[in-house]
Amino acid sequence: MEKFDVIVIGGGVVGTAVLRSLAAYKAKTLLLEKASDVATGASRANSGIVHAGYDAETGTKKALFNVKGAAMFPSLTAELHVPYQKTGSLVAAREGGLPALQALYERGVANGVKVEVIDRKRILELEPNISPEIAYALYAPEAGVVSPYKLTIAQADHAVINGAEIRLEEKVVSLEKTADGFAVRTEKGEYFASYVINAAGAGASEVNALIGEDAPTETHAVGDYYILDSKEAGVVNTVVFPLPDEKGKGILVAPTADGNVILGPTSRKVPHEVAEENEVTREGLALVREGVGRLIPCVNLRSVIRVYAGTRTAVGSDFIIEESKKVKNYFMLLGICSPGLTSAPAIGEYVAGVAAEALGLIKKEKMRPLPARFHLTKATEEEIEDKIASDSAYGRIVCRCEKVTEGEILEAIRSPLPAHTVDAVKRRVRAGMGRCQGGFCRPRVMEILSRELNIPLSKIRLGDKGSEIAPYEVKDGYEKV
Amino acid sequence: MKKFDVVIIGGGPAGMAAALGAREQGASVALLERDDRLGGILNQCIHNGFGLHYFGEELTGPEYAKRFRDKVLADKGITVFLEAMVLSLTEDRVVRAISPTAGLMELHAGAIVLAMGCRERSAGAIALAGTRPAGIYTAGMAQRLSNVEGYLVGKEVVILGSGDIGLIMARRMTSEGAKVKLVAEIMPFSSGLKRNIVQCLNDYDIPLRYSTTVTRVTGKNRLTGVYVAPVDEKMNPLLEKEEYIPCDTLLLSVGLIPENDLLTGTSVEMSRVTSGAVVDEFRQTSVPGIFSAGNVLHVHDLVDNVSEEAFVAGASAAKFSKGELALSETVSVLPSNGVRYALPQKVHQGEGKVKIYFRVDKVYRGRTVVVESGGEVVKRKKTLVMAPGEMQNVEVDKALIRGDLSIYTEE
Repeated sequence: MEKFDVIVIGGGVVGTAVLRSLAAYKAKTLLLEKASDVATGASRANSGIVHAGYDAETGTKKALFNVKGAAMFPSLTAELHVPYQKTGSLVAAREGGLPALQALYERGVANGVKVEVIDRKRILELEPNISPEIAYALYAPEAGVVSPYKLTIAQADHAVINGAEIRLEEKVVSLEKTADGFAVRTEKGEYFASYVINAAGAGASEVNALIGEDAPTETHAVGDYYILDSKEAGVVNTVVFPLPDEKGKGILVAPTADGNVILGPTSRKVPHEVAEENEVTREGLALVREGVGRLIPCVNLRSVIRVYAGTRTAVGSDFIIEESKKVKNYFMLLGICSPGLTSAPAIGEYVAGVAAEALGLIKKEKMRPLPARFHLTKATEEEIEDKIASDSAYGRIVCRCEKVTEGEILEAIRSPLPAHTVDAVKRRVRAGMGRCQGGFCRPRVMEILSRELNIPLSKIRLGDKGSEIAPYEVKDGYEKV
Repeated sequence: MKKFDVVIIGGGPAGMAAALGAREQGASVALLERDDRLGGILNQCIHNGFGLHYFGEELTGPEYAKRFRDKVLADKGITVFLEAMVLSLTEDRVVRAISPTAGLMELHAGAIVLAMGCRERSAGAIALAGTRPAGIYTAGMAQRLSNVEGYLVGKEVVILGSGDIGLIMARRMTSEGAKVKLVAEIMPFSSGLKRNIVQCLNDYDIPLRYSTTVTRVTGKNRLTGVYVAPVDEKMNPLLEKEEYIPCDTLLLSVGLIPENDLLTGTSVEMSRVTSGAVVDEFRQTSVPGIFSAGNVLHVHDLVDNVSEEAFVAGASAAKFSKGELALSETVSVLPSNGVRYALPQKVHQGEGKVKIYFRVDKVYRGRTVVVESGGEVVKRKKTLVMAPGEMQNVEVDKALIRGDLSIYTEE
């Protein structure tokens, strides 16, 4: 049985943040993820917003970690080469909405967030396309947008090059306390850990139940989103929210960190069994269109390139971020819904610190930096020429919409946490994320995966097990030319 | 920096014909193709039915492509760049491209022919509701996987949309032992060719339901089924009539979009109806020296028409590069009353004839197509049936042009 100091269960943005922070210590660490890649749950399908921190109730863990986390984003994303822009955010209100904005303003001030209430004239300077109905807004200049899956993947890669291990497609099926730690059994193997951190997202309550901790009832809210073609970039400059209601922060309009426009989400309660199916509904999409019309009416919905849904899992009103009192050396992270993405880096640091103290871990002198990936669209002519000279694959464009080269795809497949599915490649390098949605490049990406992984094309999957894209061989002799 | 009389972007049927057209005028030609071979989408179209008009015989797609490819490759005046992706072009005709062998290149062109073809509308573009499993493909992607890679995407199939590639794939998958349960078309008519409906669906007893759409899909990792429902006249699905069809595959054949992204930032005038450039009869765009032909200009039903159109574009581009494309005043071609679009949108006055291609907006029986210029009827053509899926044409004597041409149908 392999022995680890710490095992993290769950490879979302929180789990990988914890793992990366743990990699700063001299320790043997392992992350177990049930899916075929990290960032396949809520960390993949969310709004990608770095919230300023005025929204959470003062004194809550949400407020604490949100504000701490948001402050980490500029340097963290630079260090990990993750797309991030400090766009600022607006909570847009109509005539009569001033008292509600004022309340948000005061909460922002209490939380230590830079906020101001601005009038229509200032709003128009920031958002020329704002609805004529909007009279006031709460402006939070520190808010921003980030690519949530790229952050998750970069945290994972950074942890791996600093000695952490990640095993994919290993769902934890049993968790037992032993005299000096835990026996962690997955579908594939059995591990020993001195310390276990439950960061299993939508499955965190189930993991708690395995070890005999309280398994609080989770509520799952599915939200529908639209992604628009990058040619619509510029229709919105900041993250524009409506006034929040009891369901959440409402349907927003925002640029994405990768240059598209995002609209959504709705909030539809679903039972636990289907929480991870992420079903898009027609009604939900209609609600998004209505909501967007109230904020930026000129958004061109004919430019939609993708619709998807994501699930936020909540447990009560605040995050649960605490060491178990029942089970020694077991840490619980439950209900990390919004602002979970913003909070993740701060949560990671905090949790790793608690585990390190419990085990008496010593910090390394320094961590190896994560090398930047090559991106044709972001490189200078000289860099491109050099890259092609080193490997001609960098001159071969595979994804024509996003201008992704074969070299970049090979890098993704050979990265510290290797991509071995079409979607995993897509999340790392954007092949298939453009306006044709993989219409041309998917078979090419499949060919490259097949060649690199040395498996037949019929075994190449979109994502998790059972998602083979072209599972059958064509019989011989038909319509041969 | 390299200089060519004519730089052609795209080495499919349009690009290859344009190259031959330009060579006939003695121009030096660069042909840029992003794939590793010439031929474009023809290479995956292994069915027959190509070339009936152009060659007077029935060929498969690869055979049709080969006829042009052999000529192109044999012509020393055509420099072919394979795996070469054009990154940008300017109105003064500088083309930047990248390839694994040549690296970054800059080509200076006497004239440019756009021949980039089109792409398929995706599940995202139609905002398909439901889960996001494997098992949903554009028809062309499934076609490439079966005909080029040799792998079949699934066994129980529903097809949304009755575009030609969807119809062809219905037959293709049936031949491979798959069961095509339904072709659902949201419109009350097909956008595909009649002959494809007969040969690919009727001959195999594959049901085609008009005014029907897929309302949502199910399945977590692999598609498990789709819901279909009839739509009202405003295309809204009647959800109370929703019906579940278990299947592992959904093919989308819901429209083709000319790939004109390279023109973003240029002043080339575009048509909102065709999503291609506005052109004259030489297929010259509003920017002198930039020509457009094939599916990047407007989506064709028959490759034969693409070849014919692109040959003219290539020859005209060559003449332009030599300063020999003398042009008179233009008039506009204005479609109305049943004619959805007509191309070219501009015609020069002068001698000879001009062939005006057009599509109707729904199925018409027994109508007459009328072309008027300066208040006078210059052409009447009786038709039996006209359908949106079948491009029509009418030839007009240029000498009769007195002003804008209006083209319409009448009872």
